[in-house]
Amino acid sequence: MTTSTRGAAKAPAVLVLEDGRIFRGRAYGAVGETFGEAVFSTGMTGYQETLTDPSYHRQVVVMTAPHVGNTGVNDEDPESSRIWVSGYVVRDPARKPSNWRSRRSLDEELTAQGVVGISGIDTRALTRHLRERGAMRVGIFSGEAVMDDAVLLAKVQDAPQMKGANLSAEVATKEKYVVPAIGEKKFTVAAVDLGIKGMTPHRMAERGIEVHVLPATATVEDVYAVDPDGVFFSNGPGDPATADHAVSVMQGVLERKTPLFGICFGNQILGRALGFGTYKLKYGHRGINQPVQDRTTGKVEVTAHNHGFAVDAPLDKVSETPFGRAEVSHVCLNDNVVEGLQLLDQPAFSVQYHPEAAAGPHDAAYLFDRFTSLMSTTQMEAERA
Amino acid sequence: MPKRTDIQSVLVIGSGPIVIGQAAEFDYSGTQACRILKAEGLRVILVNSNPATIMTDPEIADATYVEPITPEFVEKIIAKERPDALLPTLGGQTALNTAISMHEQGVLEKYGVELIGANVEAINKGEDRDLFKGVVEAVKAKIGYGESARSVICHSMDDVIKGVDTLGGYPVVVRPSFTMGGAGSGFAHDEEELRRIAGQGLTLSPTTEVLLEESILGWKEYELELMRDTKDNVVVVCSIENFDPMGVHTGDSITVAPAMTLTDREYQRLRDIGIAIIREVGVDTGGCNIQFAIDPADGRVIVIEMNPRVSRSSALASKATGFPIAKIAAKLAIGYTLDEVPNDITEKTPASFEPSLDYVVVKAPRFAFEKFPAADATLTTTMKSVGEAMAIGRNFTEALQKALRSLEKKGSQFTFVGEPGDKDELLATAVRPTDGRINTVMQAIRAGATQEEVFESTKIDPWFVDQLFLIKEIADELAAAEKLHPELLAEAKRHGFSDAQIAEIRGLREDVVREVRHALGVRPVYKTVDTCAAEFAAKTPYFYSSYDEESEVAPRTKPAVIILGSGPNRIGQGIEFDYSCVHASFALSDAGYETVMVNCNPETVSTDYDTSDRLYFEPLTLEDVLEIVHAESLAGPIAGVVVQLGGQTPLGLAQALKDNGVPVVGTSPEAIHAAEDRGAFGRVLAEAGLPAPKHGTATTFAGAKAIADEIGYPVLVRPSYVLGGRGMEIVYDETRLESYIAESTEISPTRPVLVDRFLDDAIEIDVDALYDGTELYLGGVMEHIEEAGIHSGDSACALPPITLGGYDIKRLRASTEAIAKGVGVRGLINIQFAMAGDILYVLEANPRASRTVPFTSKATAVPLAKAAARISLGTTIAELRAEGMLPKNGDGGTLPLDAPISVKEAVMPWSRFRDIHGRGVDTVLGPEMRSTGEVMGIDTVFGTAYAKSQAGAYGPLPTKGRAFISVANRDKRSMIFPARELVAHGFELMATSGTAEVLRRNGINATIVRKLSEGEGPGGEKTIVQLIHDGQVDLIVNTPYGTGGRLDGYEIRTAAVARGVPCLTTVQALAAAVQGIDALNRGDVGVRSLQEHAEHLIAARD
Repeated sequence: MTTSTRGAAKAPAVLVLEDGRIFRGRAYGAVGETFGEAVFSTGMTGYQETLTDPSYHRQVVVMTAPHVGNTGVNDEDPESSRIWVSGYVVRDPARKPSNWRSRRSLDEELTAQGVVGISGIDTRALTRHLRERGAMRVGIFSGEAVMDDAVLLAKVQDAPQMKGANLSAEVATKEKYVVPAIGEKKFTVAAVDLGIKGMTPHRMAERGIEVHVLPATATVEDVYAVDPDGVFFSNGPGDPATADHAVSVMQGVLERKTPLFGICFGNQILGRALGFGTYKLKYGHRGINQPVQDRTTGKVEVTAHNHGFAVDAPLDKVSETPFGRAEVSHVCLNDNVVEGLQLLDQPAFSVQYHPEAAAGPHDAAYLFDRFTSLMSTTQMEAERA
Repeated sequence: MPKRTDIQSVLVIGSGPIVIGQAAEFDYSGTQACRILKAEGLRVILVNSNPATIMTDPEIADATYVEPITPEFVEKIIAKERPDALLPTLGGQTALNTAISMHEQGVLEKYGVELIGANVEAINKGEDRDLFKGVVEAVKAKIGYGESARSVICHSMDDVIKGVDTLGGYPVVVRPSFTMGGAGSGFAHDEEELRRIAGQGLTLSPTTEVLLEESILGWKEYELELMRDTKDNVVVVCSIENFDPMGVHTGDSITVAPAMTLTDREYQRLRDIGIAIIREVGVDTGGCNIQFAIDPADGRVIVIEMNPRVSRSSALASKATGFPIAKIAAKLAIGYTLDEVPNDITEKTPASFEPSLDYVVVKAPRFAFEKFPAADATLTTTMKSVGEAMAIGRNFTEALQKALRSLEKKGSQFTFVGEPGDKDELLATAVRPTDGRINTVMQAIRAGATQEEVFESTKIDPWFVDQLFLIKEIADELAAAEKLHPELLAEAKRHGFSDAQIAEIRGLREDVVREVRHALGVRPVYKTVDTCAAEFAAKTPYFYSSYDEESEVAPRTKPAVIILGSGPNRIGQGIEFDYSCVHASFALSDAGYETVMVNCNPETVSTDYDTSDRLYFEPLTLEDVLEIVHAESLAGPIAGVVVQLGGQTPLGLAQALKDNGVPVVGTSPEAIHAAEDRGAFGRVLAEAGLPAPKHGTATTFAGAKAIADEIGYPVLVRPSYVLGGRGMEIVYDETRLESYIAESTEISPTRPVLVDRFLDDAIEIDVDALYDGTELYLGGVMEHIEEAGIHSGDSACALPPITLGGYDIKRLRASTEAIAKGVGVRGLINIQFAMAGDILYVLEANPRASRTVPFTSKATAVPLAKAAARISLGTTIAELRAEGMLPKNGDGGTLPLDAPISVKEAVMPWSRFRDIHGRGVDTVLGPEMRSTGEVMGIDTVFGTAYAKSQAGAYGPLPTKGRAFISVANRDKRSMIFPARELVAHGFELMATSGTAEVLRRNGINATIVRKLSEGEGPGGEKTIVQLIHDGQVDLIVNTPYGTGGRLDGYEIRTAAVARGVPCLTTVQALAAAVQGIDALNRGDVGVRSLQEHAEHLIAARD
């Protein structure tokens, strides 16, 4: 007889949704209580990247893939310096990680970073619930935090809403830092950090870009202080309707016609800067299998998404904006949500999804090349002028 | 890009008979493709020699040619039909090779036929080892990663021996080019092994080419299924991880989807390489499969190979994800792009996405080594499994245990009682991959092996090893618990434990565990396979069970009929039964029922989500079926459960289902018993006054000996309740009878052995019939070409019977009716008769759809399985005649005189198996069925039909050349006339001394050749075996006798298999072959579609 490694069962845990639905399972990661917006992610790989994506700040992420933690935790794949999700919901956590790069188990990592999770619940039922009723507030309680259901529900209903939340400043860097170009330096880019993922400056650096990452509070003057060839606005958490400061900085950049690129939150900022509205999706796009069509080429790319809000821009026509003509460049074929914007009269574009793709497919990596070619065209025109 | 308008007709090539490595999955993919093309308004022309397929149903294509898939016959079809395009990527390697060969011969150009779905250059780049290496190098230059294993291409044995040094020594992998299912490949650890494997590989490869490769044994193995359209959109449909590491053919591995042990970075790297390869190879549209190996120590990625076509893995991936690869491949081939094709399951999202799974899929292979006791059971890079089961669970342990019990084979489920054995011995055994290695590993774990020890011994990934430990720990908890409390029971069920396993651990009866479980409210829920992990609502009720919280089975109002399928393909229970189940589903749906299919075989049409109204992808055990019936009874009314169409698997559940209150429709469990039980069946025969060969049943050797002494040797012995003649043998003496009883594991007091008189020289006859309680419809009468004693599944047969007269048919009809009535059949019955002298003996009756139902249906243009399904639910034969499903008058016993003759020929898997010394296994036919599939030849006369059946099964009969004849004494008389015919057709005869003497005395000249036992002659005269190997023989006739003189025959027959020389092992087959050769030499062999045959037949009937 071998001795059982199943050990003592983990503490009971309860997941309570704001509409009163309750799931009971076992604690995973840290024991205690946590709150956030319940969202589901359909990616079958890349849990480390997901956990460390700042855009998931204040969200409780439900993994639709049942087995999580199989490859453990390594030191290379995180997208930022910490785990940002406020809670984690999985069905079957790995008992033993297996990968040549693994350093420790995910359970250990979650515990070390104080992330409260729950395991062993019907994650598909929860996902279907969120799909039908929309993303909503949720609480996870384990150990001593488990109390009477009604008390827990009241706590969940007291937690803050995602709509109206201004969160970029909470996740962005406080100090400016520089990511040097890999190989020969060709361009300088000022990147406004609204919750940037580590892979984004890396993808730029690979293309000879020296990236100056600036805090979310950076002003137009701060941006131009680095003498940029292009300006970038990153992804990030929260409601774009609250991001007035970022919108005004972007408008400053657009006025100067500096090449501009935005990802995710950056796309919503561009939308607002151009005068479009933004709105909250029922349950968002979170996964790495979303079909997006590049309307300029007709080609479909399989892309990584993580957005709960979207830009409200017309799909069927070119819009007039204070910065000239604008059009929707990319669209999600699942539901026709705007996935990209571009200006036709000056060098600025953005996408709602994640071309840096960590986790996710690399189909949209060409967008970084599009950014560098905008910068070289602009440089050449400047030289000719 | 919308549909092309310049294509109006398409020729689709099927994959021919079911063989190891090319099975029912191509019926599934071909059927999907034909339906799609037809729905798009194209004229679909199909060629497939396999009658047991849905795709060759006359309504699937516009013109269905059941003709041999050889360039000659396909050219005849092209000349007749003049299609605009040829789609070759959905019929496996057979279709691809045929298309390439027709391209090379200029046939496609001559008739202006465009190859769609793949171009020749891409096929060659994907299939040719050397070109593919170039592709991988080009990919590495572009994206920076992906490489091939170090390798050398060899065209001769000299190249091969030299090649080993350049790779750095043994072990090396040998892979022949252009063979399917990895035929002829293997690992060589020394020169002897190398010479053997590479020698056979050079022979098997149509281009006499093998690749030698560095060994990556023990690495992690992965597959990706990709699709590309004309706009260069590419999606990865599915990732598959092999539980068994590199060294075992992926068809023989337990495989898991999605990949379980890759980080996103590693997965995306495989994806990038896969996409770059499909682009570099230039697969214009359609699917392809790419295999990878990853070094577990450092992640080095090696690209193993690609298939530029739909494959077994893509069928699995389609079932695993709900993304129908073949269907979409067909759409892409005619011009659509992925974003223009809607996802069937969500209806509102496009197919240009990558499925996300919120469950785990495990596929487990089904082997048939018990049929080939001499074969080496070690698993290698040559595929040896004959079927597979797939299971879906919400986690790996659940899916794995469901898959193992789906295999429906004794010992396939984990067992946790009894002494596990010695740990070190078990670990040592587990080093060698075999059927059931996973069970050995489980016993090693029970015996105290550590996770590290298991990994060291097997190289199975530590994550999977840990999952096995998890299962074992739950078993320990089940054993240790004071009582079965709900939490523990629920936990065990969540990890896939069956009631039977729990019962075994707890020392209880299975039904007691079930009662306790139901009392505690521990029941499964049913989740949906929806391609998108619940992100969008699914419109398709494609279900799997799981012990989770929320069920997704929707209520319904129409009465449901639950059809139980046949489970994994195995020898004796294959695609023919799936055919009948699918037909039942179509017919009952048309009749207004909600059809519910239950099956666990991913290769089949029945497990396509749009075949039935609801699909449960579940094991076919009593427990699993009862739970489905329960879930469906909560959803709405149930009209009944159909058990008689899926072969022995559902039939075996009939009584237990009835005992549990489930309404079994059609033939009742009691009637099934009356046919299966020897005593009961004997009474039925006695009442009807029908003779059976003398027989008896015994449970001990003494009992069997007494019976054999009374009826006289030889006797036919077999266990009761088996399919495919499992364990059946002709026993010539008492010594063998004693050892047979001692060896048989199937015999017990409740399952006695049957001892029959063996009828020498009898004609065997198969009858398929329908009975509704009052009227008999004789579906068809098949006369076997081989004599009785050879399993009916392995015997060639002709329909209508070629030597039986009207009086015989009358007797057969009367006997069939008496038995159908006596047993109490409602639906189909299959009876085997033997005509010895003038006496018609009844050998056995099966109150269910038989293996020959699809053949009979196609030969007579009557849908017997559909009719059987309707009769099961109460419709009468008279009503079916009135509505036109059955002919107004007459039946399969009254076919018009000029009805076409159909010949069914069995296809044997000999070339797949080697014994432990690496030699081929013997090819003699016997009472135990060993064929994997069948073909049909149809024409106006027997000779042509027989020649077509041979061309479809083994390659064309020779029309001239050298024929070697060596027959047993008892066959010497009957050999003379056909031998004379051969000479008349210009054959030069060769014979061993004894046979030559007989021939000469009858005035037939034959050259004497040396037997193997005589060795090479003093003047260097070669033995017959050497001559065969040298390609000096075009036709072999070799009949075995008993056990004497066996070795010579064995060597001759295995040499014939190795060289692909037609080898006839009965005199009856020789006589038929001579008629075939005669037809071929007259040169008037044409092609005719089933629709044309049917039109002719129906006109003649009216």
